[in-house]
Amino acid sequence: MTLAGRLLPGTAAILVALPMLAVLAAVLHGATGADPELWEHLRSFVLPGVTRSTLVLVAGVVALSLILGVSLGWLTAACDFPGRGFFAWALLLPLAMPAYVLAFVAVATLDYAGPVPSLLREWFGAGFTLPPIRSTGGVIAVLALAFYPYVYLLARGAFLTHGTRALEAGQSLGLGPWAGFFRVALPLARPWVAAGAALVAMETLADFGAVSVFNYDTFTTAIYKSWFGLFSLETALQLALVLLALVAVALAVEQLARGRARYALAGAGARPPARLRLRRRLALAATVYATLVFALAFALPALCLAVWALEVAPLDLDARYVAYVTRTLLLAGMAAVACAALAVVLGWAVRAGGGWPARIAARAATLGYAVPGTVLAVGVVGALAAADLAWVALGATEGLWLQGTVLALLLGYVARFLAVAHGPVEGGLARLKPSLAEAARSFGLGRLAVLLRVQLPLLRAGIGTALLLVFVDVMKEMPITLMTRPFGWDTLAVRVFEMTAEGEWRRAALPSLVITLAGLVPVVLLTRRIEDASRG
Amino acid sequence: MRLEVEGLTRAYGGQRAVDGLSFALEAGEIGCLLGPSGCGKTTALRCIAGFDRPDGGQISAAGEVLAGPGAFVPPERRRIGMVFQDYALFPHLDVFGNVSFGLRGLDRAARDARAREVLDLVGLGELAGRYPDELSGGQQQRVALARALAPRPRLVLLDEPFSSLDTEVRRRLAGDVRAALKREGATALLVTHDQQEAFAIADRIGVMRAGRLEQWDSAWRLYHSPATRFVADFVGDGAFIPGHVEGERRVATELGPVEGELTTPLASGARVDLLLRPDDIVVDAGSPLRTRILDKCFRGAQFMYTLALPSGERVLALVPSHEDHEVGGELGIRLETRHLVGFAREA
Amino acid sequence: MLERLSASRRWGLVVALTAVAVGAASLFALRAGAQGDALVVYSARKYQLVEELFREYGQLRGIEVKFITDDGAPLVARLRAEGRNSPADVLMTVDAGDLWRAQSAGLLQPAKSATLDANIPAHLRDPDGHWYGLSIRARTIAYAAQRVKPEDLSSYAALGEPRWKGRLCLRSGKHVYNQSLVAILIAEHGEAATERIVRSWVANLATAPFSNDTLLLEAIAAGQCDVGIVNSYYLGRLQAERPGFPVALRWADQAGSGVHVNISGAGITRFARNRAEALRFLEWLSTPAIQARFAGANFEFAANPGVEPPPVVAAWGPFRQNVINVGKAGELQPAAVRLMDRAGWK
Repeated sequence: MTLAGRLLPGTAAILVALPMLAVLAAVLHGATGADPELWEHLRSFVLPGVTRSTLVLVAGVVALSLILGVSLGWLTAACDFPGRGFFAWALLLPLAMPAYVLAFVAVATLDYAGPVPSLLREWFGAGFTLPPIRSTGGVIAVLALAFYPYVYLLARGAFLTHGTRALEAGQSLGLGPWAGFFRVALPLARPWVAAGAALVAMETLADFGAVSVFNYDTFTTAIYKSWFGLFSLETALQLALVLLALVAVALAVEQLARGRARYALAGAGARPPARLRLRRRLALAATVYATLVFALAFALPALCLAVWALEVAPLDLDARYVAYVTRTLLLAGMAAVACAALAVVLGWAVRAGGGWPARIAARAATLGYAVPGTVLAVGVVGALAAADLAWVALGATEGLWLQGTVLALLLGYVARFLAVAHGPVEGGLARLKPSLAEAARSFGLGRLAVLLRVQLPLLRAGIGTALLLVFVDVMKEMPITLMTRPFGWDTLAVRVFEMTAEGEWRRAALPSLVITLAGLVPVVLLTRRIEDASRG
Repeated sequence: MRLEVEGLTRAYGGQRAVDGLSFALEAGEIGCLLGPSGCGKTTALRCIAGFDRPDGGQISAAGEVLAGPGAFVPPERRRIGMVFQDYALFPHLDVFGNVSFGLRGLDRAARDARAREVLDLVGLGELAGRYPDELSGGQQQRVALARALAPRPRLVLLDEPFSSLDTEVRRRLAGDVRAALKREGATALLVTHDQQEAFAIADRIGVMRAGRLEQWDSAWRLYHSPATRFVADFVGDGAFIPGHVEGERRVATELGPVEGELTTPLASGARVDLLLRPDDIVVDAGSPLRTRILDKCFRGAQFMYTLALPSGERVLALVPSHEDHEVGGELGIRLETRHLVGFAREA
Repeated sequence: MLERLSASRRWGLVVALTAVAVGAASLFALRAGAQGDALVVYSARKYQLVEELFREYGQLRGIEVKFITDDGAPLVARLRAEGRNSPADVLMTVDAGDLWRAQSAGLLQPAKSATLDANIPAHLRDPDGHWYGLSIRARTIAYAAQRVKPEDLSSYAALGEPRWKGRLCLRSGKHVYNQSLVAILIAEHGEAATERIVRSWVANLATAPFSNDTLLLEAIAAGQCDVGIVNSYYLGRLQAERPGFPVALRWADQAGSGVHVNISGAGITRFARNRAEALRFLEWLSTPAIQARFAGANFEFAANPGVEPPPVVAAWGPFRQNVINVGKAGELQPAAVRLMDRAGWK
């Protein structure tokens, strides 16, 4: 191997990690200077409570997301029931619905004063009450309904490619389909299920919008309280670093637990999967279950948004919306391609002999997802503004060069969402047998050529998933967009923020609905693609 | 355990992949479905395993109907083990985990003992802690066999078990696999397109073509007494020369009258294609039957000669390799047949 | 192989196109970022409440008014990070605390304007002119018109009386409006007394605190609770939308120091490039005609005392406001947050 051949992967990985490293550096820089008295206060009155409530929330949301995502992924990938073809992609649609939107729809309709309990009281008397939506159970249910598609998407992909094959092997050893699911298909899908669960956990940890609607306290709300309420950005950043360290440890533990086990099944996907035929009653139950989840997570909230949006459309809907939509799609598209491409580079660098620098860079590059958005945004702005100041100190005209440009916005998105693209791409790479690359290299192809001509085409499903996830995530993203957008670059999410910040939820319905509708197109398109790619 | 297949039929979109397949495999026997790719042998195997549902016919094991009109036992309750073409080893489990996977309802000690036993049986006792991707192809194959044998299935199915191995490993493993199956007293059925493999392992072989079974017989009889022209062609080398029947034990050909019992009786005077195996032809320098050497192929102990008869018909001859003749030269031959294999000549 | 090659070419094309798009877009944005004569506002007051006025001022002066909206704290953090490079001329917030915080971080400069000093009462502006209140947000008591007699309601503290047990609704303690209310209570009564008041409120809660005032008002209307503390303009919006909305306002502490008010206000940034224009802009915003629209659009009260509120707002009647300087709310906000943490106001 030439020196360049050895240096290139490591350097590439570090370059990819640069946005996040810069952000981390800015956060670290901002986090200096302790306020012991404030910490004492937090330790006594805030942290014990939020630690407990955060653990409860994350455990609950991850558990419920796993149940929903894995069961629905299995049903639509490996079983036959009425409506399966529709649900296969429809169950992904909640991805297009921001969690904070689902949260405010849930609270506005299901809280005591909302139309549903009011109607029930009218019908069944004043004593009739539903379980309160503004409760721990309520937050968990709403967040799980918003986040389960991450697990669903990744688990289903794994089931599609090697579920049935492994199942046959299990059956030949006397396992029924259900036992086979638990003992073979599920363990085999573990890296993907784990990646989905990790995304859910990080989204939950970093979420501020949805938990705020419920006034549910988490580590993240404590971070905001330190900053917004206690005026200590330093302490907020320190808390964020603690959170980050915990996430890094959790991810490392999962990785270690996998040990030497591999998850590539020889000859997987050679045969189109024969779906399990469910008995009539089971099939019906599956349809009812999928319908229920789809209705609660998407159809009913979307309907509700539509009704509200119609009320306010005459007030708000005008030509500006064309620009909002265009900008939103443009930003989401660019960020999706950038993140997916960088995730591929990262995965390649680790495998192509990048050694420990590449591995550490890959870890660091994907931590941004667990950082509360606004905290990350502070880091992004800090890093960009510092670069601008340095540039000016070198003699450039005073003013902003990076901060407040689209490039800056994209750097922020990459810092935050690279993890989202990294998961599926890494999952796809893990499934490529090393012999493939070796075979290709034996034809005299260089590492890069192997990547372009052999690995990329085989990674289509993983890359498609990455594009989809980043795309919809960026459309929903608020804090980084708010803090780093160029003048006039208002997006749909900015619109939602401006309405919800004023408590005008009904008026927020219009941009929320448009985000959801705009998200439908890529969701539908890409699910088709992924399905084709994992079959063919 | 006795396996019985009767009139098994499986169609995909009007195309019959398996068409009225019937055969029986006695307990302790090793059977083989042999045929070119696409002949339906794998579909038949998957029907027997229970991964595929037959459209017609019946499959029964030890008298119990596994699949038939109104009956279908799911694969996991058939107690039929399977060695997959790609082995389908569980990549997330080590060798020991794979082999003990199917051992349930046993206490830990018994399970471990049985896993060790089968691992030793296939000679992999030392690799128990390895993961599948750390094994060679032949080792993976043996793990797959051990995994299938471990729960003492009533029947073991092997789907092209050696197709992804190189020839050298294949030959050695075939013998090992047969030995292991026999030592376990297992009843087994494999499918393959390779007759050498079939000959090396199986007690009984069925030759399949386009979904139908052409012949279900011992290897010796397939070779020496093929039931159809296809079997004669597919199993072993040989060539047909035209002739016509002159009585019960005599066929007239351009090589003169050939005597011997006809394996399939034909009416006197019928036009016939007579099968000549390479070992039916003996080199005899003094013979009046002169042929021209078109081609020769060195096979170690022997040469396989392709010879042209005066009429232009070709025959094959297997000749000890110390006799080396030039291509293009002449060779005298004579026939040495004990029985005659002939098929009515197609118009 | 041919197909794979073309697939990789397609990818290459996508990547290349994106690179071009990013490059072009950021160049465009860089140029758009170059300032010229524009007046740049960082605004925590949201688009729908400011866009029209900003545009009108730009037309009036023949310049462009550019603005970015975000929450107050991130805007302050952004100003601080950008330092002397910042394009911002004006920082506009919806809370005195944020202005106080920007001022103490040295991010604002004094306006020194006689017009502003004359138009804006002293307790609604920084004594040195670093910032000025532009509208008043009164935080007072809302009650169920059919179930509560207004004479039963008097002071904020009285909401902690046992008679309101299980009848009180509060918004989240994490929100700045409540934090500044508690800060002002601390300024008046001291920490110990304030903590007793807050604890008595928490003990009276009918349900967990709400995430915003609108939900709280609807809970009162639906009968989940009878009284609550809200900013008046939220009720204004609801009443304008739904005439006959069964919730009324009671001005708090009229026998004491008056209703707690917060402000939406603005100041000139320390490194403003367009200081003169920024000052002129603030002065324009403080004039009565503009004040009426600035506050009226959101059912707030104008900071300029000479301006009449719109009818919905005027219907709540006149009230005496607490004239303690609103900057105090910022100064004491961290103490208020700690107190609320101790008292268990979620």
